[in-house]
Amino acid sequence: MRPLAPSALCLLALLTAPANAESAAERLPACLACHGESGTSANPGVPSLGAMPADYVVTQLYLFRERQRVADPMNAMAEGLSDDDLRTLGDAVAKLPAPKPEPNPDPARMEAARALAAKHQCGSCHGADLAGQDQIPRVGAQREDYLLATLRAYKSGARAGYDPAMNEVAQGLSEDDITALSYYLAHR
Amino acid sequence: MPRSARLTGLLLAGLLLPLGPAGAQQAPSGTPTPGSTDGTAPKPAAAPAPAQDRGSALYGRPEGGEAAKLAPIAGPPLPTPAARLPLDKLKVPDGFKIEVYASGLANARSLAQGDKGTLFVGTRSLDRVYAVRTVDGKQEVKVIATGLHRPNGVVFHKGALYVAELSKIWRFDDIENNLDAPGKPVLVSDDFPKDEAHGWKFIAIGPDEKLYVPVGAPGNILNPPDTHAQIRRMDLDGKNVEVVARGVRNTVGFDWNPQTKNLTFTDNGRDWVSEDIPNDELNVLSEPGKQHFGYPFCHQGNFTDPEYGWGRSCAEFTAPAGLLGPHTAALGMRFYTGEQFPQAYRNAIFIARHGSWNKTQKLGGDVVVARLGTDGKMASLEPFLTGFLQDNRYVGRPVDVLVARDGALLVSDDYNGAVYRISAAR
Repeated sequence: MRPLAPSALCLLALLTAPANAESAAERLPACLACHGESGTSANPGVPSLGAMPADYVVTQLYLFRERQRVADPMNAMAEGLSDDDLRTLGDAVAKLPAPKPEPNPDPARMEAARALAAKHQCGSCHGADLAGQDQIPRVGAQREDYLLATLRAYKSGARAGYDPAMNEVAQGLSEDDITALSYYLAHR
Repeated sequence: MPRSARLTGLLLAGLLLPLGPAGAQQAPSGTPTPGSTDGTAPKPAAAPAPAQDRGSALYGRPEGGEAAKLAPIAGPPLPTPAARLPLDKLKVPDGFKIEVYASGLANARSLAQGDKGTLFVGTRSLDRVYAVRTVDGKQEVKVIATGLHRPNGVVFHKGALYVAELSKIWRFDDIENNLDAPGKPVLVSDDFPKDEAHGWKFIAIGPDEKLYVPVGAPGNILNPPDTHAQIRRMDLDGKNVEVVARGVRNTVGFDWNPQTKNLTFTDNGRDWVSEDIPNDELNVLSEPGKQHFGYPFCHQGNFTDPEYGWGRSCAEFTAPAGLLGPHTAALGMRFYTGEQFPQAYRNAIFIARHGSWNKTQKLGGDVVVARLGTDGKMASLEPFLTGFLQDNRYVGRPVDVLVARDGALLVSDDYNGAVYRISAAR
């Protein structure tokens, strides 16, 4: 298991998250305590959400609420939210600044992975700038550990995409490909 | 338990792992088989090196340029509120009217109606099956099953609802008397491949009292294994399986001709050859078990595949009865067997075209009506319900059509999570 080291702020937010009935606006600080107020997450395994397409956020929150995507603690966090709450949170997250890529990428690794990303046409759905669109997430400058875990989960089927596209694409990725792509995206 | 307490428990148990893959409840399992061959078909000469895995919807797409801007479109998981449905944009011919039958059914896909009038609706992106009941003249929507993996297919037969997941078919007995608490379903069959690509299923029961189940090609264009790109039929208990049609890339709608009793089905053509070809097909099965409908060698009856067609001829395969437009995603189809519509629609075929995604100028996003000539070929194809496509953007996407017991035509829309009702305005 990956080492668990969420920030104190994130832990505190989870421990003190108010009971179910609060509004989306009241719940937002708890979201940002872990995902990062600046749009960039500092917590292992927790994705950065800055400038994420609102439709993607709504879709994932919906899947968490309906337990169609199971990933603690998100199912509990999404419990009881109304459809309008999901839209409010999606819009709020989309307004955060885009995450900052990991600094100082290794040029050789980047070059090799650039060809791999072109081969697998990441940019065709996620956009040439990897910023995502509609229900397709921004993947540029995402946390490397999150990308690794996500691509592996798509490949194994542990995460069934809302649309099967990523499950289909991931079938053609080797573990080395996944490592290379995650590094590349995190540094883009 | 308040959430804070539960979260504390999670932390204490060391389970705070936002990605926890072990927790996924409905993981599609099994090894996909994209690209495998059956050993008998000739190997394509000088095939281009695959840029994409063959199970991907993007396989075969030209790199760069305008094509690279096109990708599948997944509808939103939240249903459009009734007041915001695009009803004012939807057009039907003079003499008909369209209204919202039911809303709030996120990702509404295939339709089936029970003997007592309950409408059953499957989903593809979600995990559930809906039932719509009419109570005091109003439609009530209820979720009757959850936790299913792409439960696209539904068919009602002799009191039971059959539901097709990606690789399993279930039967809910006496469903209309148990909508509030459907019993545990009976497994009819789980002997299906588990590929995600074209794995979701439309199902129907024929006049021969057999269950018809398609198994799509596990990717855009490939030489499918013997287990794929076909329609199977089986006894209602899942036994005595036989392949009735081969060379079928991906059918998501079929029905039986009320006059000839022949199985008639839509089939989605391959992607990425061109903006304009191949067409989706309307096919007729007249000799079960003996016909091959062309995939992957021949498309639309007259176009050999650029990669797999070499050494083959379209004359080897059963040609389509009609062409339904390039990339239009012709899905649900039913013969009109009701009495409500004018005589000219009797035994005509209503076809829901979900609408293209791999085409620059979108096409489809409508319900068309096809009529067959005396030779069994499609003699005409006319628009019936239009308006889902506005300025090259979808405001809705029709998936299935169903002739309701009262003769009205019901149309599902997975983009908005709604079902519309078209009736003859008298």
